[in-house]
Amino acid sequence: MNTALSWIKEYVPELDCTDQEYCDAMTLTGTKVEGYERADKNLRKIVIGQIKKIEKHPDADKLIVCQVDIGSETVQIVTGAPNVKEGDKVPVVLDGGKVAGSAHDAGPLPENGIEIKAGKLRGVDSFGMMCSIGELGSSKDFYPEAAEDGIYIFEEDAQVGADAIEALGLHDTVFEYEITSNRVDCFGVLGIAREAALTFKKPFVPPVVTVKGNSEDAHDYIKVEVRDADLCTRYCARVVKNVKIGPSPKWMQRRLAASGIRPINNLVDITNYVMEEYGQPMHAFDLDTVAGHQIIVRRAKDGDVFTTLDGQERKLDNDVLMICDAEKEIGIAGIMGGENSMITDDVKTVLFEAATFYGPNIRKSAKRIGLRTDASGKFEKGLDPRNAEDAINRACQLIEILGCGEVVGGMVEAGAPLKPLHTIPFEPERYNALLGTDVSAEDMLSIFEKLEVSYDKTSNLLTIPSFRQDLVGYADMAEEVARFFGYDKIPTTLPSGEATTGKLPFENRIQDKARDIAEFCGFSQGMSYSFESPRVFDKLLLAQDDPQRQAITISNPLGEDFSIMRTISLHGMLTSLSTNYNRKNKDCRLYELGNIYLPKELPLKDLPDERMQFTLGMYGEGDFFTMKGVVEEFFTCIGMNKKVSYDPNAGKNFLHPGRQALIGYEGKTVGYLGEVHPEVLDNYNIGTKAYIAVLDMPEIYPFATFDRKYEGIAKYPAVTRDISMVVPKKILVGQIEAIIAQRGGKILESYNLFDIYEGSQIKEGYKSVAYSIVFRAKDRTLEENDVASAMKKILNGLEGLGIELRA
Amino acid sequence: MKEKLEQIKQEAIRKIREADIPEKLNDVRVEYLGKKGALTAVLKSMKDVAPEDRPKVGQMVNDVKSEVEGILEDALKTMERHVREMQMKAEVIDVTLPAKKNNVGHRHPNQIALEEVERIFVGMGYEVVEGPEIEKDYYNFEALNIPADHPAKDEQDTFYISGDILLRTQTSPVQARVMEKGKLPIRMISPGRVFRSDEVDATHSPSFHQIEGLVVDKHITFADLKGTLAEFAKELFGEDTKVKFRPHHFPFTEPSAEVDVSCFKCKGAGCRFCKGSGWIEILGCGMVHPHVFEMCGIDPKEYTGFAFGVGLERIALLKYEIDDMRLLYENDTRFLKQF
Repeated sequence: MNTALSWIKEYVPELDCTDQEYCDAMTLTGTKVEGYERADKNLRKIVIGQIKKIEKHPDADKLIVCQVDIGSETVQIVTGAPNVKEGDKVPVVLDGGKVAGSAHDAGPLPENGIEIKAGKLRGVDSFGMMCSIGELGSSKDFYPEAAEDGIYIFEEDAQVGADAIEALGLHDTVFEYEITSNRVDCFGVLGIAREAALTFKKPFVPPVVTVKGNSEDAHDYIKVEVRDADLCTRYCARVVKNVKIGPSPKWMQRRLAASGIRPINNLVDITNYVMEEYGQPMHAFDLDTVAGHQIIVRRAKDGDVFTTLDGQERKLDNDVLMICDAEKEIGIAGIMGGENSMITDDVKTVLFEAATFYGPNIRKSAKRIGLRTDASGKFEKGLDPRNAEDAINRACQLIEILGCGEVVGGMVEAGAPLKPLHTIPFEPERYNALLGTDVSAEDMLSIFEKLEVSYDKTSNLLTIPSFRQDLVGYADMAEEVARFFGYDKIPTTLPSGEATTGKLPFENRIQDKARDIAEFCGFSQGMSYSFESPRVFDKLLLAQDDPQRQAITISNPLGEDFSIMRTISLHGMLTSLSTNYNRKNKDCRLYELGNIYLPKELPLKDLPDERMQFTLGMYGEGDFFTMKGVVEEFFTCIGMNKKVSYDPNAGKNFLHPGRQALIGYEGKTVGYLGEVHPEVLDNYNIGTKAYIAVLDMPEIYPFATFDRKYEGIAKYPAVTRDISMVVPKKILVGQIEAIIAQRGGKILESYNLFDIYEGSQIKEGYKSVAYSIVFRAKDRTLEENDVASAMKKILNGLEGLGIELRA
Repeated sequence: MKEKLEQIKQEAIRKIREADIPEKLNDVRVEYLGKKGALTAVLKSMKDVAPEDRPKVGQMVNDVKSEVEGILEDALKTMERHVREMQMKAEVIDVTLPAKKNNVGHRHPNQIALEEVERIFVGMGYEVVEGPEIEKDYYNFEALNIPADHPAKDEQDTFYISGDILLRTQTSPVQARVMEKGKLPIRMISPGRVFRSDEVDATHSPSFHQIEGLVVDKHITFADLKGTLAEFAKELFGEDTKVKFRPHHFPFTEPSAEVDVSCFKCKGAGCRFCKGSGWIEILGCGMVHPHVFEMCGIDPKEYTGFAFGVGLERIALLKYEIDDMRLLYENDTRFLKQF
């Protein structure tokens, strides 16, 4: 919402503050000023001058030399403008002055304007410049009387030597407000002015609306019937006859222009003026096009097609409210009028409409039809039915003031009966208790009075004016007190009462550890979107019947690329690795902690299973076992000290078939890791080997613990036995370790693979594997036969796998 | 006898002084203190001394012996020290050679900001509670006093899955879920991912993070809200940070406010960072709306409370002067390594 300060001052005449003071104070009482701009910020030393004499320039065909009377003196100005003649009164910028823009450049205005200096044009002295409306920072759109191409020419009664900027109404500041959706009253200048008056503690002087009207009765001109009163809360109609379309007066044009509205003609300008002033959109019909001189407000029929003012055909349905005449639809209620009842320049009788509608329906209709207008934006917030009447009367008053028609007496109305004004008990202690303040009841009532909230002592009730539909309960009244007492004056305290303990959920502590370990291992934290493209599944080579293809679809996504909720965390990781690879970052290591979303059924009936995934990805230095190391470091850190199992038959299509494993713990699959399949690497445009690991955190949490028990540091010496074996290739070291662990007995302390070798010295189909096995007893020094018997058991077990000891 | 001992002593000291390597000192030890050394020889010749003088002479010999030993030890230590020093001189390294780093990874700026905020509020006795990202319309809107067709629904362009399931537009639904459980008092924050259908650009992302806070207890006031957030702002942005509360409107709080902090770059003087105003908007807040309490089964006559919501990305962008939100989701390690 943009409004000129001059318009606010019309209703708060004593308002006297700088632009910045206004901006700060209004923002602090809740009418947020987003910014402001002075229309004259780059206009300096510009007066009204009268051209006394025009002579040809001696050396230039297209230039003329003018003697211009500027009141105090006559100055010589050279110009190339084609439209001036002797006697014209024009804006003249004098030597050392400034204008806002150039006459020929249609682009944005220069930030600091253009300085004007006296000089010579083709050898002839020129002591200033005559200005076009563009040079003054505006346009013909807002100053329709301005010349198409050339100098702006004032009316004959303009006073020579006077301030031209003043005469053009440009000594003004336009404020841009952010009006919150609850304050529909502030969609109008009057509402903002009321706030300004209270903010600056100055009297609020709204217009006094009186309509003379003729002796006729509008009821004889028009019948109004509201058939769907649930959607139309009020419909007010008045009639104006003998309409004379013409330009509106300058004061109205200037005021509209300052708010960014183009003056069109008196009738349109009046409806726009009232819309700005009261925040109530109005519509004008040509009564002669209204069949049967009857207005019927009713729902459209499914499939109706209607052509709006802008010439577009709109498809309607049964929930769209229409304004109709006896035969046809003539407007979409609250959104846009119809082409068939449009006002033309030869209109004779006008039907003014000021109505209010059920906001949510306007909002839904505008959305469905795909047509949101200024009017619908206001109606959808739910406008005040009483304000509609004030607005239509104001419009008729302006018709009379401007003399552009004869207002027919009386107003025709229909719709739901007006609700009585809302009342709220006055509870000053409760307001203070909510705010933590100590404002007196008198001070509160004085604020309420200025907000036009009245108080009845006997009933202790506050009566809320109908334009403040946002004031419903005690909390709303407390806010009004707070706003004008001053948010800044409310004390600053900390909550009293029972002390509480700050807590972080266990799961978050496990995630913290995941981050710590990942980072110690060189992985940086990434974040990627939760939604992605359904094409991701093909990129990851998932089988057509893979359950992970069962993804939740967003019904209104930003595009196909963001249309499904991820069921697998790899796409984000691989995309990030690809970004880094293609930006030539070497040795990239990333991790992410983020959810995947697994539906219990599709379409979704209940909330899905959101599973936190700890995803690691890397390329460059490191391999499968680097990744495996990170996983195991993490497990150790969160107290998962049991043997981690790795099943090479992971069945992941997106991983290298010979370099992937399911990660198992205590018989549960808790994740997987592997080398990314070369085809997937191609799909992601990664030109080097990459490795990933994914841990399904909900499977991890039950195993994680921060409990630790100190076991004592060994006092007795250890005995170490190294064994070197020849092992069939198909045997995994995991199988060897399982045997050592199982058969080593109580005295087995640890085992450590220290060599693995395949090659010429080893027979075909075999590999050489060497382990160092450590035995120790907690309570004594081991005897030779303790170790020998344990070793024998181990070796027997290994023989069972076809393993031979190396000679 | 005395003269002889003195002579031996002087001789030994001279040889000690002359020794330039440890081996020579050892020779001195053998020559004078060893089993066949000069002083031992003197002791052996005691039989020639009168029995009554023997203790006295023995004492003299021992005195000389320990004196020579002492001098010898000192000389040895000095010499060893010297040798070590020579060795270290040969071991000088170029300390400006590159460090051997472990190349640890870096935390995401969002995460760092989140941990900062969590640290502050957990310290003030708040519990961290999380909730689902795919949420029911009821918790995201209705329970928060945003009924169907409320214009506020437009303000938060929502991604829908179905009619009543959506991607949460705020983390406030977690508050409704906690209040509904009815365990009072409540002091909680709920951080998490939220979604709004904004096209990606330098200042918008369809997916971002929010932290919502909620306090419900008897006698909670707007003044408490002001105090709590002032404390938070000081902790987060520095002790001299000022806060400004501006009236605003949110459907789920009444009274409501937006909060600005004094610009921590220019200390309120006005700069490019705060667009010249000296203030930076950081969060929205207010007193829990009585309707919200009623919806969650809490009696607003008995309990009051406040709630606030802050965008994590906004804090991260401000604190670390990141000028483009897209950087947060690209995961370029050259970006991440700066945090």
